[in-house]
Formats: sequence, C-alpha cells, structure tokens
Amino acid sequence: MSPSYNQFPCRTSDSRLSAKSLITGLVFDIRKYSIHDGPGIRTAVFLKGCPLRCIWCHNPEGLSPSPEILNRRERCVEGDGSKCGRCLRACPLAALEGRPGLDPRRDAGTPACSACPSFGSCAEACPAEALQLVGRRMSVEEVMAEVVKDRPFYEDSGGGATFTGGEPLAQPEFILGLLRACKAEGIRSALDTSGWAARELILEAGALADLVLFDLKLIDDRRHEASTGVPSAPILGNLVALSAAGARIALRVPLIPGINDSPLDLEDAARFAASLGGRMNVHILPYHDAGRGKYGLRDEAYPMGEARSPGAEAARAAALVFERSGLDARIGG
Amino acid sequence: MRERVRLLREESFAARPSFSAERAAMTTAFYQEWLGRVSTPVLRAMNFRHLCERKAIYLGERELIVGERGPRPKAVSTFPELNCHSEEDLRILDSRAMTSYSVSEVDLAAYRELVIPYWRGRSLRDRAFALIGEDWKALYEAGLFTEFMEQRAPGHTALDDSIYRKGMRERRSEIAAARAALDWGSDSEALARDEELKAMDIACEGYSIFARRHAALALEKAKAEGDPARAAELRAIALACDRVAEEAPRSFWEALQAYWFVHLGTITELNGWDAMSPGHLDQHLAPFYERDLAEGRLDREGAKELLACFWIKVNNTPAPPKVGVTAAESGTYNDFTNINLGGLKADGTEGSSEVSYLALEVLDELQLLQPQANLQLSALTPDRLLKAACRVVRRGSGYPSLFNADEITTAQLGMGKSLEDARSGGTSGCIETGCFGKEAYLLHGYLNTPKVLELALNDGVDPASGKRIGLGTGDPADFASFEELYSAFEGQLAHVVGLKMRVSNFLDGMYAEYAPAPFLSSVVADCIARGRDYYRGGARYNTDYVQCCGLGTTTDSLSAIKTHVYDRRDVSWAELIGALAADWAGREDLRLLMANKTPRFGNDDDAADGIAQRVVASWHAAIDGRRSPRGGAYHIDLLSTTCHVYFGLKTGATPDGRRAWAPESDGASPAQGADRKGPTAVAKSLAKIDAARTGGTLLNQRFLPQALEGERGIENLGSLVRTYFKMGGHHIQFNVVDTATLREAQKRPEDYRSLLVRVAGYSDYFVDLDNNHQEEIISRTIQEGF
Repeated sequence: MSPSYNQFPCRTSDSRLSAKSLITGLVFDIRKYSIHDGPGIRTAVFLKGCPLRCIWCHNPEGLSPSPEILNRRERCVEGDGSKCGRCLRACPLAALEGRPGLDPRRDAGTPACSACPSFGSCAEACPAEALQLVGRRMSVEEVMAEVVKDRPFYEDSGGGATFTGGEPLAQPEFILGLLRACKAEGIRSALDTSGWAARELILEAGALADLVLFDLKLIDDRRHEASTGVPSAPILGNLVALSAAGARIALRVPLIPGINDSPLDLEDAARFAASLGGRMNVHILPYHDAGRGKYGLRDEAYPMGEARSPGAEAARAAALVFERSGLDARIGG
Repeated sequence: MRERVRLLREESFAARPSFSAERAAMTTAFYQEWLGRVSTPVLRAMNFRHLCERKAIYLGERELIVGERGPRPKAVSTFPELNCHSEEDLRILDSRAMTSYSVSEVDLAAYRELVIPYWRGRSLRDRAFALIGEDWKALYEAGLFTEFMEQRAPGHTALDDSIYRKGMRERRSEIAAARAALDWGSDSEALARDEELKAMDIACEGYSIFARRHAALALEKAKAEGDPARAAELRAIALACDRVAEEAPRSFWEALQAYWFVHLGTITELNGWDAMSPGHLDQHLAPFYERDLAEGRLDREGAKELLACFWIKVNNTPAPPKVGVTAAESGTYNDFTNINLGGLKADGTEGSSEVSYLALEVLDELQLLQPQANLQLSALTPDRLLKAACRVVRRGSGYPSLFNADEITTAQLGMGKSLEDARSGGTSGCIETGCFGKEAYLLHGYLNTPKVLELALNDGVDPASGKRIGLGTGDPADFASFEELYSAFEGQLAHVVGLKMRVSNFLDGMYAEYAPAPFLSSVVADCIARGRDYYRGGARYNTDYVQCCGLGTTTDSLSAIKTHVYDRRDVSWAELIGALAADWAGREDLRLLMANKTPRFGNDDDAADGIAQRVVASWHAAIDGRRSPRGGAYHIDLLSTTCHVYFGLKTGATPDGRRAWAPESDGASPAQGADRKGPTAVAKSLAKIDAARTGGTLLNQRFLPQALEGERGIENLGSLVRTYFKMGGHHIQFNVVDTATLREAQKRPEDYRSLLVRVAGYSDYFVDLDNNHQEEIISRTIQEGF
C-alpha cells in the first residue's frame, strides 16, 4: 500500500493562511540538548506523521499523522491500594449513555477512542503517566517559544533547531512556517528528511534551512519500496535537485543489516553521493534496536525481529566505502 | 606515570586510615602544665611549637615531598580541646562499616587514662552545649539545621602567593615590627594585640623547627642509604626542607615543599573544615616551573612527578573523624582540599599555564580521592584548557568541577572586596567563594528548608515528634491564598534562622576566645598588621555563610501546593495534610499528581523557576547582610554536601511527592528526577538565580558516557558549560557513569574499589558511600545526548 506520487502532501493556498498564528502542526516531542542531529547543541522538534514505513523505524509513534494515546497499563495506580479514577471522570465517552463499560484504563489507545470529542483528556488527567498523549497540535509560535529558550546554547556551540519526525515535509505549511520563523529569529535550522516530498516543497524548505539532513537508504528502486513502502526514484531526484540548487546537505545513511549493508549497495550509494558533486558529508548511522521497547508498548510486533546492531568494524568499513569515493564520512550524526 | 609515582600512589590508596592519639595526648599534657600561666593565644602557639618539636615525623621510601600530619600516612590527629571523643566513639570509629578508622589499644588507653579525664566537660563543645538554650537544641535535634563549629574549627581557608614570596624569617621580622609599632599610649587593645603577635612569632618558629627536623631526618637517612641515587634525592630533600625553614622557596620543588609544610602546620594547629587549600596552585607554581626549565634544573616530566608526589601527600591526610550528627552529614575521608586551576590573575589577565595542564594530567592519572581540583573558567580561558578538563570529566571520576571565574569576581565585588583581591580569589571546599589568603569565610552549617516548610504546614509542630518547635503560624486549611501560606513559610524561616545565628555567633566568640589560630593568622593577610587572630576578625575580609539546602524540594513543594490547592483546586488542604502525615499510604494517585502534574524546578519553566527565585529571595531577606561578631556579614550559599540525605531522614513526606525520609534535592540542583528537559533546561533554570548574590551554588549533572563520546561530545560539553557561565551560573559538575555500572559496584564492591563518583562538591569512592548515598546518586536524572 504505497502512496503514489499525487499523494504527496501539497501546500494549500497561501493567501488564506497568511496570518501566522493559524499555522499549526502535530508535534510528538521536543528535545533539548540534541547533539546527534546537526552541529552543536540543538533542539530537536519531532513532527508527527510519515508517508514511509521503513521496517527499521525507531520512532513508530511518529508514523501516524494523528494523535495517539499510549497506554502503559502497568503504571496505573488504581486498585494499587489507591483509588484514582481520574481518567474515567475525564472521559466523555465513558459518561455517554449507550456505551456501557468503556473504561480508559483498559480502552484508552484503542480504536474505541477514535470518536472522542476531547481526545487526550484522559491522559491529561492521569497522574501516573500510564496514559500518555503522543502528538499535540501546536502553533508555529508555540514551537518557537520552546526553541528560542536555548538560544544562548546555540550561539556558543554553533547549534540550532532540527526539525525531524516523522517526516517534517508531510506537514508542508507547518515546516515552512517553522523554518521561516527560525530565519526571522536568527536561529540556524536543520531539516531532517526522508526526501519523500513534492519537488517544489523540498526546494523551498531546502532554501530556508541552513542544513538538510537527507536520508540515503537504498538506491535500488524496487528494494527501497519493499523495505520503506515507497520507491527511491523520486527521492533521489529530489536529492539531485536540492544539491543542484545549492542547499547544504549532509547525507544520512542508516546502516541496516540485511537491507542496505552489502558492499554492493554501499558502493551504489557512494557512487550516487559522489555524483552530486562537492565534498558531501556522509553520516553512517548504524542500526540500533532502541525502538524495540516502543513497539512493545504499542502492542505491535517489532519488524526487525532479532536483527543485531552492526559492530563498530562494519560501520568503519561502510564509512570507508564513502571515503574512497571522495566523500567525508563519519559514524554517527 | 613514573614507577615512583605508581608505587607511592598504590601505597597511599591501600593505606587504611587510622586514629592517632599522639596530638591529643601531647596537647593534653601541655594544657595540664601551661593553662593559666600564659595568655590563650600564647598557650596555643606554644602547644603548636611543642608539637612541631616533638611529634613523630615520617619520611617514606621514594618520597620527594615530605611531611605528615600524624606519625604515618593516613594517621589522623584529633583535637580534644574542641571535641573530645568518648571511648564508645572510638570503638564505633574502629568498627563501623563505612569510613572507619582503625584505633589501637595503646591509643584507646591514652584516651581513657589521659585525654578523656581531662577534657570531659572542658572541651569547647562540652562547654558550648552547656550554655546553649533548649529552643536551639530542639530545632537542632529535629534536623532543621546543623552547626559546623560544634566539632571542627571554622575553616574554608585558602592561601594566596605570599608564602612563595616570603620566608618565615621575613614574616617574623614583620611581626616584630608590628609589635614595635603598637600604640601602648592609647590603644586599649594593645595588650591583646601584643599577645597575639607574640603567639604568631612562636608559631612561625614552630614551623621552622618542623621543617629543619625533616631536613635532619633526610640527611640521616641519606648517610645510611645504600643506593647512591636515593641518597642524592635524600640530600636534595634535606636542602629543600632546610631552605624553606626560614626563607622563600627558589625552585618548583621547594615551592611545593614550602606549601606542604604550611598546609601541615594549619591542620596540626586546628582541624578547620576543608583542611587548607593552596588556592591558585598553578599560578603560584608557574614562575618556578618556567625558571627551573629555563635554567635546566627540571624538565616537564620531572615537574609532573613532583606534583604527583605532592598530590599523594594530600591524599595521605583523611578528614579528622567526626561523631554523631556531623558524621552523618559528611561521611567521607575527603578533607576537601580544592586546587584551583586557570582563572584570572589579580591584574585581570588569564591565569593558566603549562602547570595547569600538568595538574590535569596528574589528576587524571592518579584517580585519587584527594585533593580535588577545579577549573576556574573565565571568558579568557583558552578552549584548549576547557577541553583538557572536559576530557578528564569524561573519565567519570567527577573531577575536575567547573567554576565561573568571572561570576566569582563579580560576587566578591558585590561583597565589597577590591577588584584585585576579587580576581585572585576563587573556590575552596566544595563551591564556596572566597578571597584566597585574605579572608576568613566561615561556614556555619546547613539549613533544612523543606523542614521549615513542613513546620509551616503543621502550625509549627514537628510531625516527627509532635512537639511545637516552630512558630504558631496557623492551620493551613485557614490560609485563604498561596500568599498566606508563603508568609507562614517566611515566618518559620525567620524564626529558625534567628535561633541558628544566635548560636553561630556565640560559637564564633568561643573560638576567638578559646581556640585562636596564631599559625594560620601569620599566613593570612592583615592579621599581623592588625595584631588580631584569624578567628577574631584579623583577616582583611570576614564573611559568614549559611548553606541553604533543598531548593528543588522546597520549590516543587510550593509549586505543587500553588498548582493543586489554589490554582486548580483539585486537592484540598485536608486531603494533602492527611496524605503527607500517612506518607501517601493509600494515596499513590495523589503523590503522583503532585509530582507529575506540577511545574517543577529545572525545566526552564518560569512558573516553577519564579518560585525558586522567591525562595532564594527569602533566604536573602532572612540571612544576607546580617552582621557577625568578627565584623563581617552573613551571606547565603546553596550547598548541601551530603546533608540533603541526613535532612531527608529528618523530614516527612513533602508536597512535591517525595516520600518521608527520602533524600532531599542536593545543592541548588533540581529534585532527583524532576528535571526532564535535559541539561540546557536545567542550566537555564539555575541561571535564573542570581548566583553572584550568593557565596556559591552547586549543580550536579549526571551524564551517560555515550553522551560525551568523541571530540564532538567534548566540544558540546564545553559549550554547555561556557553558555551556563555566560548566563551567570556559578558551578557545574558531572558524574559520567551508567546505572548498570553503579548497580554492579553495589553487588561487587571489591571489584570497584577505585570507582570515584561525584557526591557533592567533592568526589568519593562509590563503594565507601552508605546505601542511602549510593541510591541518591543512582536516582539523579540521567542526561543523554539525543
């Protein structure tokens, strides 16, 4: 079920959304002291929703373009020598007639909640953080209020804001608004993208961002689609265009065992990267299973099974492949 | 590391601290003979000279820098004139599981037969406690505060460069000149000054005797030495000791030896808190280092070896053993000597040199408990030095800690010091700001602020005992607004602080009267010129600090009450007070609500940080600027050392969701686990407190080793520190160790003997900490790089 080209999110008409405060988007995390996604000390803003389904994804909570409730039932204190019931009182559906037995302690986070008129109110009320709302609608101003807090750290370290996800380009108005706001604030921005976006959008975003962290996963179109859900050709086309437009790009190569870590695939990728011209920076990001626990919390099977992280040696070997093509490669973001 | 250093280090690391009754017995016999025949300062000085003449001296194999406080390395003297251990105390010291000191039967007998019978009822502590009122004792026993001076002499003393410029001969001629200049015609204190100056002269003579005895011992050993190389070293030791007995040092070696004898002198005379610190050691040694290298007397490795030998000497002097409450508040062998590196010179230029790098290398390679070292980071400090320090931090021992030299200068200007003096000051003890060699800045004990709030929540009654020990500020259920609660808190604070200061001032007077320190006075600026003791206002500057604890816990508790009882009104006073009294039994939901749904300090959230600012302002109003008997003023600092664990054991559940008897927040750090937005948010929150209006704030941060990997990890860490300081932060220190390692160390302590961790303003061996402290460190929020 791969999206076709015309499913790229497109910008809606500019004129009606000119008032800045109208631009909102879905954010699932904001993390300070982010030091692996661009230079210096950064704040990483995680935009929710991604059109790709990479099987190694370590942020599964960033995939769906809607808010979700994470239900960590083991944290619930109800009955644990303690009465709580706050989620129950906050749940509009539990109170509705005709829905006997809906209980957020059990049902929050299941499709039963999809009709909820105040989605997340149960999580808001939960003192134990057993129910957690993942994905909040925020305005550009709200995000920037958090981002500017660490300005002194950006200035000394050469850092800034990194917009990641999810796929930030899946929320076109929002990401453009954020990148423009960074420019206005004098804060350097980085865009961390899969490259899956309408050409016009990625070029516009690329012109606004000080750095694009561009994923280079697999050159082979068919195998790319098999493991990410989308073909590689439009992505590579975007990369060429972005590079030609003069954007500052760092290529991010996730090193995934059995997917793209064969010498042949790496050489393909290196050749492609080298063909872009200039001394492109390449970051080798070895696969890790830090996301495994998140799948468990979501009651989903971990798609990577028992795959192991490639050792330091494999990562160095991969970096060497890119260096031999005249690129600056390093391990880690 | 040279073989000599490796072996000396191993010896020092392995030596078990022991108790030595030598000083106590000699002092007792001396007092028995002399008390009442001469003035107190002269008595103290004569006793000091007597110790210098007669105490057993030690010169170990392979040593280059010589001298020990006790008869052998890690043998600790006691000071019965201040606080006399009982037989039971000594048995506990010998047998307790943590920070024990072996006590021999001979020493025990000396205490039983000579020391205890004389000092029981005569020691300063016994006399003071007999005079202190019940109202103070009730607060003290309830754990509202501690009192530093009940067991150890006032301390936090660091030296400037004068001992490298001036020998004892010159010092004694200054003393003679001061005596000759006394105005017997109109100065009503002339006699007291004369006695004090006489005492300083006797003490300086004692120092010279002590140095010459080491010279003689070295020569004697040289004659008997079969190895010609070692014999030559022993002759060089003799030369250095002989030179610094009377004159200023000429070489790197002599400079270190001169400092070490002065250090030993001050910690033999009295057991001042934080032993003694050389202050800006790298700045003081740099001219000697450069001259020795230029003249071919020394090379870099040779200098490093001498510096390492000095380091090991400091490690050989564990803290004098304490008893009772004070043992709980500071259970460590660390005596807190803190070496300042980098920083500024008096003329405002940058202070680092090659010696700064040598010291960092020594610190890194030796991995010893003492001395600790810190980097005084100014805007002028080169990045190269900051990075070198961060690389040592990454190793995980918690050394060096980092201080903001520019803020320390500003803070001291604010306290009225001259610009030159302020720049040449720095940090001693844990995080305390002071003017090296020119100031007596005394700490008076920790203040348990969450417990003060507990009194306000209980109408002045201590829930632990049911006794009213505070003011009757009313039933909180009657407080119509948060402001009324806050007034009750401030009322209790004023009450507690008022009582504390009365006793601190009284003890200050006791020390001036009964335990003057003529030797220390002779090396601190202006004591000679004024003819006054260090403990009587003789130093150029006089400052008194009260260490205010529990900022995070207090702020979060107030914030939780404000949020839930007054703003959202989803919790009633009756519900909250009931849950606190029951230590949240059956109300885990309420505990989590207060902990998790409240703006908390350390997240760069103005709602919480504004309350923290207000708490600091309340401390200020209660303490800052009040006069002390030595002519100085009180100031606050935000330091808990390990006292937040002791205070926690005295304090019931708090409204921030903390359980009864659990540790309180440490120093000025956020409460354990309250900070969830990473180290930059913590730094921003802390920077909202005007550190320059305090004598120091302490911030602990714990990092996973992975967050500091590579050159970028170092650069980002350095940048984090620089930015925090640019915003006015005072201090930051790091533990770089993962939880799994600490858990392993708990299980197999024998395999982790040398695992150093940052505890408070100092590091300690993790396996030497009691379980409370171990758990407290593990519970600190871990900062990752995302």
